[in-house]
Amino acid sequence: MNITGEDLILACSAIGAGLAVIAGIGPGIGQGIAAGHGAAAVGRNPGAQGQIMSTMLLGQAVAETTGLYGLLVAMLLLFVKPLVG
Amino acid sequence: MNNAILMASADDIDFMIHGLFSYEIFGQTVWITTSHVCIAIVMLVIILLAVIANRKMAKAQEVPDSVQNVIEIVVEFLDGIVTNAMGKSAPKFRNYIGTIFIFILISNISGVFGLRPPTADYGTTFALGVMTFCIIHYNQFKHNSLKSIWVDMCSPLPPWFPLWLPINLISEIAVPISLSLRLFANVLSGTVMMALVYGLLSKIALVWPSVLHIYFDLFSGAIQTYVFCMLTMTYISQQMNDEEEATA
Repeated sequence: MNITGEDLILACSAIGAGLAVIAGIGPGIGQGIAAGHGAAAVGRNPGAQGQIMSTMLLGQAVAETTGLYGLLVAMLLLFVKPLVG
Repeated sequence: MNNAILMASADDIDFMIHGLFSYEIFGQTVWITTSHVCIAIVMLVIILLAVIANRKMAKAQEVPDSVQNVIEIVVEFLDGIVTNAMGKSAPKFRNYIGTIFIFILISNISGVFGLRPPTADYGTTFALGVMTFCIIHYNQFKHNSLKSIWVDMCSPLPPWFPLWLPINLISEIAVPISLSLRLFANVLSGTVMMALVYGLLSKIALVWPSVLHIYFDLFSGAIQTYVFCMLTMTYISQQMNDEEEATA
């Protein structure tokens, strides 16, 4: 079996896609920290639960963005194949 | 080899945008894709709901019946989030925020009904991002003088030394891109997960994918709708800071 240049690029793209979604670690940690502090805040002040909840979700969604960029890079490498000429 | 971003055909797993037919206009090939069809369906549903709401509210009663109750809850909820985030200037933005909220929400949860969500197409979300960008900068030029915008653009350094101007410009341009990419990637990840479940586990994907539908389509879609609208309102009210601060 001969490995052509295109095969090599596709294989490396798959590896790169796998590496790109490692970016999911960061948002996971960040969202966990946000949720933990949110829970602590609700415990301290149960009356402000709605406000805390919306602030927490907003922060988590913004923190999620970097992970989603990693996902996008992986999707582009796998399905759009920009490196294959 | 591909017509557009993520527009191709996979074998078993199908979450791509498909071109339905193409036509030539001014030497450009323009595709009508599944996203257009799904957007048309979503818009029809919204128009239908709006017509029903209009008919109902035309003969509104003092003691609301069920449909009128639902309409009032929706309107009060939308008013509430805009008032919370923008304070005194809320009435000017109620219409815009309410419109994009309903559109994005129904687009996101249309995945439950077997459509490919229109917001899983970067064209849709980028259009929303550009609309937000225009509104942000319209309000920036309306509520700030040119001098204060220039000072703001050179912000960490004094205004006669615009070394940081390009960096600030890039961060302004990054706003609509990050807004639209966030929405797009969230909805797309849900779509891909559901397509993987249905494509790879088609033999045993009987009832339990409904749990995943609830998470990926309803929960995630609603959160992302809320986030998009909240960030839009935050960016707009940042540009109006010389007025009354928002009473959040």
